[in-house]
Amino acid sequence: MSAEEVAASTPERHAIGISFGNSHSSIANTGADGKPEVIANEEGDRQIPSILSYVSGEEFHGTQAKAQLVRNPKNTVAYFRDFLGKDFKQVDPTSAHASAHPQQHESTVAFSIHDSESETPNTVTVSEITTRHIRRLASSASEYLGYKVNAAVVTVPTDFSDKQRAALTEAAKAAGVDVLQFIHEPVAAVLAYDARPEAKVSDKIVVVADLGGTRSDVAVIASRGGLYTILATAHDPELGGSKLDQVLIDHFAKEFVKKHKTDPRENARSLAKLKLESEATKKALSLGTTATLSVESLAEGIDFSATINRTRYELLSSKVFGEFRRLIETAVSKAQLDLLDIDEVILSGGSSHTPKIASVVGAAFPETTTVLAPSTSTSAINPSELAVRGASIQASLIEGFEHEDIEQSTHPVVTVAPHLNRAIGALVISAEEHHGIFRPLLEPETAVPARRTAQFATPKEGGDVLIKIVEAAREIHSRKPEPKPKADEKKDDDDEEDDVSDFTDSEDEEEEIREKKWKVHTVLAEAAIKATKKGSKVEVVINVGSDLGIQITAREVGAQGGVRGSVEKPATAVNGSA
Amino acid sequence: MSAIQINLPLPLLPAGWSSDKDFKAVGSLSPATQRSLEPVGPHFLAHARRKRHQRTFSEDERIQAQENVKKVEEDDADDLSEPEDPVMLQRDPKDWKNQDHYAVLGLSKYRYRATEEQIKRAHRKKVLKHHPDKKAAAGTADDDSFFKCIQKATEVLTDPVKRRQYDSVDEHADVEPPSKKETQKGNFFKLWAPVFDSEARFSKNHPVPSLGNENSTREEVETFYNFWYNFDSWRTFEYQDEDVPDDNENRDQKRHVERKNNAARKKKKTEDTTRLRHLVDEALALDERIKKFRKEERAHKDKRRLEKEAEQKRLAEEAARAKEEETRLKAEKEAAEKLQKAEDKKTREAAKNAAKKNKRVLKSAVKDNNYLHEGGDAPAAQVDRVLTDVDLIIAKLEATELADLAGKLSSKKGATEVKAVYAEEVKRLVEGGKLKEGEAASLAA
Repeated sequence: MSAEEVAASTPERHAIGISFGNSHSSIANTGADGKPEVIANEEGDRQIPSILSYVSGEEFHGTQAKAQLVRNPKNTVAYFRDFLGKDFKQVDPTSAHASAHPQQHESTVAFSIHDSESETPNTVTVSEITTRHIRRLASSASEYLGYKVNAAVVTVPTDFSDKQRAALTEAAKAAGVDVLQFIHEPVAAVLAYDARPEAKVSDKIVVVADLGGTRSDVAVIASRGGLYTILATAHDPELGGSKLDQVLIDHFAKEFVKKHKTDPRENARSLAKLKLESEATKKALSLGTTATLSVESLAEGIDFSATINRTRYELLSSKVFGEFRRLIETAVSKAQLDLLDIDEVILSGGSSHTPKIASVVGAAFPETTTVLAPSTSTSAINPSELAVRGASIQASLIEGFEHEDIEQSTHPVVTVAPHLNRAIGALVISAEEHHGIFRPLLEPETAVPARRTAQFATPKEGGDVLIKIVEAAREIHSRKPEPKPKADEKKDDDDEEDDVSDFTDSEDEEEEIREKKWKVHTVLAEAAIKATKKGSKVEVVINVGSDLGIQITAREVGAQGGVRGSVEKPATAVNGSA
Repeated sequence: MSAIQINLPLPLLPAGWSSDKDFKAVGSLSPATQRSLEPVGPHFLAHARRKRHQRTFSEDERIQAQENVKKVEEDDADDLSEPEDPVMLQRDPKDWKNQDHYAVLGLSKYRYRATEEQIKRAHRKKVLKHHPDKKAAAGTADDDSFFKCIQKATEVLTDPVKRRQYDSVDEHADVEPPSKKETQKGNFFKLWAPVFDSEARFSKNHPVPSLGNENSTREEVETFYNFWYNFDSWRTFEYQDEDVPDDNENRDQKRHVERKNNAARKKKKTEDTTRLRHLVDEALALDERIKKFRKEERAHKDKRRLEKEAEQKRLAEEAARAKEEETRLKAEKEAAEKLQKAEDKKTREAAKNAAKKNKRVLKSAVKDNNYLHEGGDAPAAQVDRVLTDVDLIIAKLEATELADLAGKLSSKKGATEVKAVYAEEVKRLVEGGKLKEGEAASLAA
């Protein structure tokens, strides 16, 4: 960064990344080596449940507080992130049903809990709860790092309102943590992958599916030369890991009813025990093929123990998996893209550990799409840690900046940029628009100003070559495959239940083959490089200005001179750029 | 972004294609969409920088490159240079134990804070300047004494063990605690913070709590003093050891010196611990915050005591009032009982009197009527019999019956009437079963 931006930094500012989720939170720090490190709290948890519990004035946090959901649900506050900065009317208290219930308090939401030793319960606002939560997170980080953490980059969902951000800033400030910047969870996940040392900056469309504990969010992101633009988002506030837990709860409850004629779901305490264990069983099923659930004194003093295998679990929850898949497809269609346009799918959030979700999602996309999830890719980053890693990378980048600097850099004046509607590239093999093959240099949705460099091969014998720069649009072509004897044997819709087999079948049984093709829209410029040597290469640099004017430079690699030219900006100016 | 590699060949130039400067602009771009970039990641920061400073890609790259170059240069030209004291340059290298190693290397303002990197760079710089060969080249005498000092200083400071030993006894890094008088003028924090900062260099435990300021909480202050009272120091005093004779001749002498050194180290360590303890004692005594907290605590306690006392007083008063009420009620009750008793007595006496009177009436009724004897004085037997019978009747009668009978008799005159009354009474008594047939015959009709 430039010196004037760094110079006035406060030396003692130490920033970490915080991912503050409804069900779990994480903290991470990126050191000088640029490698993010997710910090475990005192109990050794990297995913710290966002739960606070009070027992006779003593505060419990994280896993310890979560255990209190069984014994002390009235004084345990959980799933409160989405209550912050909202009116009571706007909040959905469903997820907090088995813990302290949210109540209306002035213009905000509060909980009535015994958080001190006194007999009467105190009314604690959700902001205060958040402050206490963040304080615990920051102190865990401080203890681990050995210095006081006083600033953070916090991840938020894309639909977090300004009011919610302001409330979170306030709450963090009260906990002694200065929020440097809020970043969107899906973008943080992309950043976490892009910041790996082996990662290369490339142009790609990424779908980030954040499948959390209580809600799921999907974002379609255009990653262009390291700049990220969210093209569309889709949210489902009710779809999440808890729905998968519910599947297991129902399953085990039915088993229990069969044996003992009593339903553990009817007793709040039994339900809480069963929920806690079902969640653990679900996690175990992500790793092993069978898992055991055992609860002591589940209902009426009867101990319960049962085993479930992964296949059974996947069958039971196939409906939920289908919902995940549909949510992702909704987001892609909202972005007016085709599944073929997606280069990468990043599964983030705790539920992404489930192998079946990865395979269901993978089956929905064409083979060219990479799905980054622990079960599909060995190099995948732990999906629960993606957001916090991204946040900590951003924190290390802007740690030295002044608040004003950050504000100016995140101001719409800077962030709003014109994005190309069509790809810009050159024709190879033939200059004929119908025969030539279009090779994009700048993909659609690239923010301008932008610059790309490409090296083209030349014809074997060298000679004069033409560089034809054109603008092209992507078209989806579908064509019938060559008829096969058993083509229409099984044409029923691709049901999500057993799509693995479906996927292999689709090669020969799918009705039509869909392809992505470029169609030349307008020719922008032509340039000639004369007398290229045999086997040499031609380097083309395209520079698109913010006014959509183009500068093109072409030269033979290693040769002097070259061709330079510019294409005027369009007559109808871009609708008020800058 | 690195260049995109495209392996398919470019088309050949069609025949007849020509243009000025070999370039032909044909069309223009279709309109773009305004979208918001996510302000995240290194590439966005570069974008923001370009946009805010209105730089193009190449300008920005050039400026960034220049800045990077400058940074490297700055690293070399940092402030490791200090004026060299001419007296120091004349030092005898044999007396290395007393030399200020940091000053020799020009690091006297860093001292124990100097990093290994800084020490190495400072050494290099000094070597470049003071190498004996350079001096020889400049024509001065072959004097390598200061060079030896530099080598010795580097030897001590680059060895972590030796450096700690030296840092332990580095008096230049010590900060003298301010006197009581100075402190009392105010400025406690400004005066004492550097003292503790310098003492903190010996701490085995990090981070060392800071002295804080007048607004520090009680907890912070307590942590601070607890830390200093339980201070774990790595300070050693080996550096001040007497030289152990190196010859192999006198082992006893050698051991003697070693023992002496050990004892001296221990003694110094103890002295140092005591010194630090006194220092903390002094600071604690002068710390206004402690007084403030005591005052607050006392106020708090007083408040509690007062409340307690008020409560006790209230309770005592209540008890006294209750007791008073009780005695009052008791007295009232007693008085009422007494009154009742007197009344009872009175009525009893009245009844007694009435009975007596009635008895008299009964007796006089017979007596006045000549003992119911018709004609003449009643013979003694008659008198006796009548009187005995009257007495018998009296004995058998209740007080009310007695009064009735007396009432009946008092209005009657004459023996017959009286006798009739008696006869009636006797009859009644006989019927009531109180008298037997034949008893009181003298009165029966």
